Amino acid sequence: MSMRRYILRRIPQLIPLCIFAIVINFTLMHLAPGSPIDYLVGGGEVVPKEYIEKLTREFGLDKPLHEQLLIYILNVFSGNLGTSYRYRTPVLQVILERVPNTLLLMTTSIMFAFVLGIFLGVSSSKRPYSLVDNLASTISVLGYSIPTFWLGMLLIIVFSVYLRWLPTMGMSTIGAQLEGWEAVIDTLRHLILPATTLGTTYLALYTRLTRASMLEELRKDYITTAWGKGLDDRAVYYRHAFRNAMLPVTTVLGLNLGLMLTGATLTETVFSWPGIGRLVYDSIITRDYPVLMGIFIIVSITVVLANFIVDILYAILDPRVRYK
Amino acid sequence: MGSSIERLSLGRLERYSRGLRGFWRSYSRNRPAVMGLAILFLLTATAVLTDLLDPYNPFGIYPSEVLLPPSFSHPFGTDDLGRDILKLVMFGSKTSLLVGFSAVFIASSIGIIVGALSGYYGGRVEDILMRLTDMLLIIPNFFLILLIVALFGSSLRNVVLVIGFMTWPGTARLLRSTFLSLREQEFVQAARVVGASHLRIIFRHLLPNGIYPVIVNSSLQVGSAILTEAGLSFLGLGDPSLVSWGRMLSIAQMYVRRAWWMAAFPGAAIFITVMAFNLIGDGLNDALNPRLRER
Repeated sequence: MSMRRYILRRIPQLIPLCIFAIVINFTLMHLAPGSPIDYLVGGGEVVPKEYIEKLTREFGLDKPLHEQLLIYILNVFSGNLGTSYRYRTPVLQVILERVPNTLLLMTTSIMFAFVLGIFLGVSSSKRPYSLVDNLASTISVLGYSIPTFWLGMLLIIVFSVYLRWLPTMGMSTIGAQLEGWEAVIDTLRHLILPATTLGTTYLALYTRLTRASMLEELRKDYITTAWGKGLDDRAVYYRHAFRNAMLPVTTVLGLNLGLMLTGATLTETVFSWPGIGRLVYDSIITRDYPVLMGIFIIVSITVVLANFIVDILYAILDPRVRYK
Repeated sequence: MGSSIERLSLGRLERYSRGLRGFWRSYSRNRPAVMGLAILFLLTATAVLTDLLDPYNPFGIYPSEVLLPPSFSHPFGTDDLGRDILKLVMFGSKTSLLVGFSAVFIASSIGIIVGALSGYYGGRVEDILMRLTDMLLIIPNFFLILLIVALFGSSLRNVVLVIGFMTWPGTARLLRSTFLSLREQEFVQAARVVGASHLRIIFRHLLPNGIYPVIVNSSLQVGSAILTEAGLSFLGLGDPSLVSWGRMLSIAQMYVRRAWWMAAFPGAAIFITVMAFNLIGDGLNDALNPRLRER
């Protein structure tokens, strides 16, 4: 099967998943205390009557339920997620404004976790049960159990409060008018602690996975052949085993996006990092339900797409998958 | 000869205790796992005994003892209302364990039923159940839990129910795949030939053989349910009428510059508890997985 046909065949499977997330949202909106209007504009405030009428028309709230659902789905697909109660702007806009900041935080953490995790994993697979291996296992057990937000607070206490090396919160120094490189360095300084915090869980995960996957590959016949040919360490570990061992690691990278966004929510809350995660916290505190529901939909669709991309990537990396 | 008659007359209880002894022998070989179990006992004892031994009001205000650093009389220091953090952490263990165990009990029950039905019957039943399972598996769990709790209120009951009802798909998938391979085996066919009912086959033959991965998984899940509860409380979605480690951390955020101990100890409690369940899970995996045991 050609790659294109494989992709085309998988696309229709995406749509029910996206709709599923929207249906969940719709159901919650109707089951939760209060009227659906509250979840489109946010409750607790006097909203002009004309605006409520406009929304009722827009979302067909005077129509039977199944029609409402259809209208809601169409609205979501055209980007209409309601209005933020707090910012008084469309929910989609509020969310999209925060996306770059979250992306910056997430890509930095993933890179940190991926590179270091692979290095630790490969090193420990070379000599199982050695000192390096035990150290790597300890790191991964600890990293896997540590609550993200607590780690963030500990880092703040040590590096910001006591050592005063790095800033506590935000993305840039407030009040400082920085330009060019100075601004970049300022942002990087703000990025170090949150990225380390968010990356630690994944560091643990990638270390563990790379090690297991490498050990599995190293047992195979072609590795024996490679050693037999007289190849050196580098060639055997990196050019032969590593490439094949990376397959499951790459998959997990995409499959864990949902978890990663959870981590980002908690991390951004601790560090007041102005991304989607912090927006979740702010929306909970201010009861800005339209934003909260919008985030759920956007995050769900993103995760569904990420899974799709991972599938495709997997098929590219491992042609055997396509023929199943 | 004598020994075989002896073996036949072994009571069920005795067979059971022999099995347990064998299990313990392989489990106890994993030292971190034993440590995890010890931590769990300690925590459970704390959770049960705190109320009985110490008549402390965790919602009181003690103005003369606000924000004291750790000392002999307050080993973990005091918080912004002058409450003793050690005592609060002890109270918090009850919330965490309660949420962890009851949410996982719900999730495992649903997961076992869904997994068993779809693995055993296959066909239409499997198609429908597994499609639902896969969908729930892919939807980012924490955000859904968070949304529901935010909309419906953050009482302990809600938090437990929502975590329980949203985290079963993993268990269902796991049990289904075990059932798929087990149901083709000879002892199941034998049972069918003898005329055993579907329910009997599922509960007496398949489940006892296929439950081990689920037990391992459940142990890990308790840890992650506790983390989820802590995360929710940290984001302001905890039960306000209970002491919870996550909520303590949430408050500690405001005092991070002045009182490190407010953050350090409740967080350490979450960390140690979650780690205990992860270690127990690893230990159970080694001890219950027959393939690993032979090595």
